[in-house]
Amino acid sequence: METSLEEQFQQKIDQEHKIEPKDWMPDKYRQTLIRQISQHAHSEVVGMLPEGNWITRAPSLRRKAILLAKIQDEAGHGLYLYSAAETLGISRDEMYHQLHSGKAKYSSIFNYPTLTWADMGAIGWLVDGAAIMNQVPLCRTSFGPYARAMVRVCKEESFHQRQGFESLWVLSKGTDEQKRMCQDAIDRWWWPCLMMFGPPDDESTNTIQSMQWKIKRFSNDALRQKFVDMIAEQIKILGMKLPDPDLKWNEEKKHYDYGKINWDEFWQVLKGNGPCNKERLDARRKAWDEGAWVREAASAYAEKKHTNQLNNSNKVYENVH
Amino acid sequence: MKTFIRKMFYGDYGEEKNNAAESNSTNASKNEWPLWEVFIRSKQGLDHKHVGSLHAADAVMALENARDVYTRRGEGVSIWLVESKNIHASNPDDSAALFEPANDKIYRHPSFYELPDELKHM
Amino acid sequence: MITTKDIDNPLIKFVLHLGDNALIMGHRNSEWCGHGPILEQDIALTNIALDQVGQARNFYQYAAELISETNGEQLTEDSLAYLRDSWDFKNCLLAELPNGDWAQTILKQFIVSAYQYHLYQALANNQNEQLAAIASKSLKELNYHLRWSSDWVLRLGDGTTESKKRMEDAIAILWSYTNEWIDFADYEMIILGDSHHSIQQDWKAKIKSVFDEAGLMIPVDGWMQKGGKVGNHTEHLGYILTDMQFLQRAYPNAEW
Repeated sequence: METSLEEQFQQKIDQEHKIEPKDWMPDKYRQTLIRQISQHAHSEVVGMLPEGNWITRAPSLRRKAILLAKIQDEAGHGLYLYSAAETLGISRDEMYHQLHSGKAKYSSIFNYPTLTWADMGAIGWLVDGAAIMNQVPLCRTSFGPYARAMVRVCKEESFHQRQGFESLWVLSKGTDEQKRMCQDAIDRWWWPCLMMFGPPDDESTNTIQSMQWKIKRFSNDALRQKFVDMIAEQIKILGMKLPDPDLKWNEEKKHYDYGKINWDEFWQVLKGNGPCNKERLDARRKAWDEGAWVREAASAYAEKKHTNQLNNSNKVYENVH
Repeated sequence: MKTFIRKMFYGDYGEEKNNAAESNSTNASKNEWPLWEVFIRSKQGLDHKHVGSLHAADAVMALENARDVYTRRGEGVSIWLVESKNIHASNPDDSAALFEPANDKIYRHPSFYELPDELKHM
Repeated sequence: MITTKDIDNPLIKFVLHLGDNALIMGHRNSEWCGHGPILEQDIALTNIALDQVGQARNFYQYAAELISETNGEQLTEDSLAYLRDSWDFKNCLLAELPNGDWAQTILKQFIVSAYQYHLYQALANNQNEQLAAIASKSLKELNYHLRWSSDWVLRLGDGTTESKKRMEDAIAILWSYTNEWIDFADYEMIILGDSHHSIQQDWKAKIKSVFDEAGLMIPVDGWMQKGGKVGNHTEHLGYILTDMQFLQRAYPNAEW
């Protein structure tokens, strides 16, 4: 019996076969992946900015080196992800264009400001922690290049969350001011982190199809719950509190219950009204625009070298033989 | 479907005239540095393995960046670079013709042969 | 706050000078992180900044050891970086100048890498084993810094009309700060001995060869700025320290 391309495609996915760039795929699959991977890449790159704020102000040389290495990793992750998206036929320049024009989104978490040093710890522990929840299942996502990029990303991310926790841990045992700084950072980052998993399942439009294609492997709410359960335990070690009076262990469900998320804030930040949306995009645009002459110069130089090489190719031939 | 989605993939550039860079109508990537594929030998004695790609204006830059991007944690002892457009790849539509004929040549595998137990180590 | 101003030991002064150069260069380069002209180069420059912070730590740790041997004062890499005022810093002025555009940053990095490469080569053979060990380790990193920055000088000098113009502007802005690197202070002369001649020559030769290939002109001899090596800095250093030392000064004696 003849099966359609679409059916064959779905069968492959159901059997956990990976889809590779040259394989046939539905246009919608391609588009969804491009959107998802490029958003992810943009998040890594924009995500360098809030932490980048503190490189010059890191309180010790050890912390400075760790922070630099971590932010550099994020640039690397952006690069892996852009490359994965490029295998689907979109150029990196085009993806940048979408980011800079405001058409493409990135994780809203990076539209919040980093106000104290404790924010570096909170970002590592909570923001990276939430990101890892999302990313680990993506190591098995159906599109080969994306899955391979995620394996690499996850391998490198594991130090990010640990250093974040360690950094807060030191603060939690420090002076009264440091403890206060630690709690303040947790208070500010907790709710936006819960929003990182996206809108509740009943409002999320892309979930069903994405799950079927195994581009997404768990629902927003399932991952969010997993994150709450993890952090609610870990915070006890820090001796700090999560800013949620409704947070309580539910013996029946074997999960933590948590309070209502302010989805209005989520949509506002997504729309561009977060505290730092403008600064973040402006910074990215500025870097890109001011880098234009640099990129052109390197291209022109490479072109010249190439031409010279062609002119000299006879000479090279003689040298070889 | 948006025009920016071109069904060109790495490995296709060498085969197709109308490749991604040329068919770009937005001119956003006119000046884009070429894409390179990076292969790393993780230690002496092993093959180079494809690890990913990057953009660089020339081979020298590509090599330096491959080192920065793909060996930050001591992952390699040697790097190969190939400009992506120079890779020629087989077409998945031909997979059946190319690879399935090998499936029934089981006599190419050592386990095909039943030998007397007395014969050890062969 | 602490001060190393009264220390007269040439070795300690020299090691602090090396640490300060590495730290302040690393500080300026780290300002590019997240703002580079393309992701790949952002990563490359951050790598260099990381190397430099690492070198600074090695030199400061050694300096702290030496100081403690000399006068019993218990210092750390962090107290040296975070608790000294600008008059204590012995880095060359070029290191602390603002980054400017990519051309200025590249030129700065090239001038410094060419110097540090030859300096560390000389120090790798120094009879002071600790110094030789740090220099040998750093030399591997410098190999790359020098290659990377030379390549970029070539690309910009021999790239487009605009990039050439920007390189020429960078040279005009920064040139008077270049000579300080090889205008050796007393404490350097004592440690480097005769090797200072070859460092000077090799540094000049390297700059000339890369400039020649890039089609860039070395300016005619003119007034050269100095002072960093003895603690007389530009106004920029104070702001660098304001940023860098903020937490250590706002929350004295806290552990981070």
